[in-house]
Amino acid sequence: MIRAGRRPEGEGVWYPRWFWPSFAAPGVVWLVVLFLVPFYVVFAVAFGTFDFLGQPVPIWNPAQWYPGTFQRVLGQIFGSNGFLGPSFVRTFVYVGVASLLCLLIAYPVAYYVARYAGPRRGLLLVLLIAPFWISYIMRMFAWVNLLQSDGLVNKTLSSLHIISQPVNWLGGKPITVILGLVYGYIPYMILPLFAGLDRIDPNLLEASRDLGASRARSFIRVTLPLSKQAILAGLVIASLPMFGDYFTNDLLSGATSTSMIGNVINDAVGTAGRDAIGAALVLILMVILIIPMLYYVRSTARAARERVV
Amino acid sequence: MSETAVQAPETQSPIAGNAVGRLRPWRDPWRKPRVLASFTWLYLAWSILPVAIAVLFSFNNGRSRSSWQGFSLRWYYQDPVLSVWHDPDLHTALFQTLRLAGLTTLIAVPIGVAFAIGIDRWRGRLPAAFNFQMLLSFVMPELIIGVTLLLVVSNLFTFLHLGTTAQVLGLITFQISYPVIIVRARLLTMGRDYEEAAMDLGASPTQALRRVLLPLLYPAIFASAVLVFADVIDDFVIVRYLSSDASTEPMAVKIFNGARSSPTPALNALATLMLAFSLVMVLIGFLVYRRMTRGERRQKAALGDLAAQI
Repeated sequence: MIRAGRRPEGEGVWYPRWFWPSFAAPGVVWLVVLFLVPFYVVFAVAFGTFDFLGQPVPIWNPAQWYPGTFQRVLGQIFGSNGFLGPSFVRTFVYVGVASLLCLLIAYPVAYYVARYAGPRRGLLLVLLIAPFWISYIMRMFAWVNLLQSDGLVNKTLSSLHIISQPVNWLGGKPITVILGLVYGYIPYMILPLFAGLDRIDPNLLEASRDLGASRARSFIRVTLPLSKQAILAGLVIASLPMFGDYFTNDLLSGATSTSMIGNVINDAVGTAGRDAIGAALVLILMVILIIPMLYYVRSTARAARERVV
Repeated sequence: MSETAVQAPETQSPIAGNAVGRLRPWRDPWRKPRVLASFTWLYLAWSILPVAIAVLFSFNNGRSRSSWQGFSLRWYYQDPVLSVWHDPDLHTALFQTLRLAGLTTLIAVPIGVAFAIGIDRWRGRLPAAFNFQMLLSFVMPELIIGVTLLLVVSNLFTFLHLGTTAQVLGLITFQISYPVIIVRARLLTMGRDYEEAAMDLGASPTQALRRVLLPLLYPAIFASAVLVFADVIDDFVIVRYLSSDASTEPMAVKIFNGARSSPTPALNALATLMLAFSLVMVLIGFLVYRRMTRGERRQKAALGDLAAQI
């Protein structure tokens, strides 16, 4: 199964051909058995049939795959009165608005830490990284505490006489869900932005100022174009997990009026007999996300290579 | 470093000096970025205060999670029924979390390290394809991986059963990419000179590996173990799909289940413990890592290594 590739010159002199492949073997077997095979199972279930109890039965032979379930799900999404359509549209709107808000907040923060933090830089970086070590569920739970009808947010607002009655923040408000997504995923945006902005040579900005550009102009003409890659990377890294998110919605809203693709998938998988629908939805989500995922893989591989220099 | 260009009040720029005799504050090229600074601190407050408040109320001497009734440890161990210590449900969850984190780290890290070394040295298209597959598992939303694992356990590998075994296998699949990415980055920085020197001096490939390469990789291996452990503590999606019943639900799942239905500050206490575990883990990890790489005196790089691959 394992084949040694050609040897670059000056290398491989001392090693038997099987030497390095044997190191990779356990990991390769693991990925094949628990990453590739599961995807095949998803296909087999999505294109499978049902037994007399309505339980999905996977079909293992691709030649016999039954496209009925898949077509039905597509109809429910894209059909004129498909009831899954709104969830898909909503997902794109929420993720779009949340990613944009993330960018608007993250960019100035990353810019400040990269350029002006001075001696506080270490401390600021630790604080920016801290959310990664706090469980996502706990961070959302913290907001559930704050946003309850007798929570601190309502108490503060009513003591300031901004509201007269407690607002039901957790009762299916899109704004709560979007703010939850921003709060949850903004750290993923800040780090790539920081890395990108930190890499910009300050001499370039100095040159632009020396040549007479104003602050705003040198930001627009120098900093912004140089950070384009970082912005794109940040948007991809922050929005990918948002597409697969269902727990933010469950914790901060719980209403079907705000449900997203993730909720539809999670509900289908959690219900007896609806596995096939869940599997079909997972495949559709994969198709939607394949381009950003490939972009992310490429930039991760590139980042690993660039750290050498 | 980068701020030298900006904060050098003594050196007058000729352009600014000539053009506007006396500098008005908004034309001063060296003014402090106060707006940006306050924005950044506001952001940090927003990002950390909610969690700090949740931690604070875990010490509340009352059932409320919004009005302070004095300090107590009742939700940790004093309450005979509802505290984390006495509620069997909650402390099962605590031990389940630690069990999953320990087992996953023990298996994922060795496999990942070996994979990284193998893939790095083995040339050709096949290893590139496996590396691509590994990176794909790293970027894929956890929901997709969780559902595929659930379907494979319930349809094909039915002998596995849901519960701890399935959870550990699933977590390893999801976590294996951390050691691979971190160790590969280290291998790329190191180059192959040390090993080749060792073998020129008469070491066999196995000796060069054991006595030269592995010791050089220890910091990276250690860092990835810390990362995996801390990340499993926080994991939610995979462990929830692959749990069998209440006895195999770890802390994150308990918090998710209880957050909207039966909230007492005991849940805050559980969340605080979860936070403490991962923060202590990362802190110890960081200090040990810094000690290990002392010779390389690259503190910033150490922090960066730990942080970069999240």
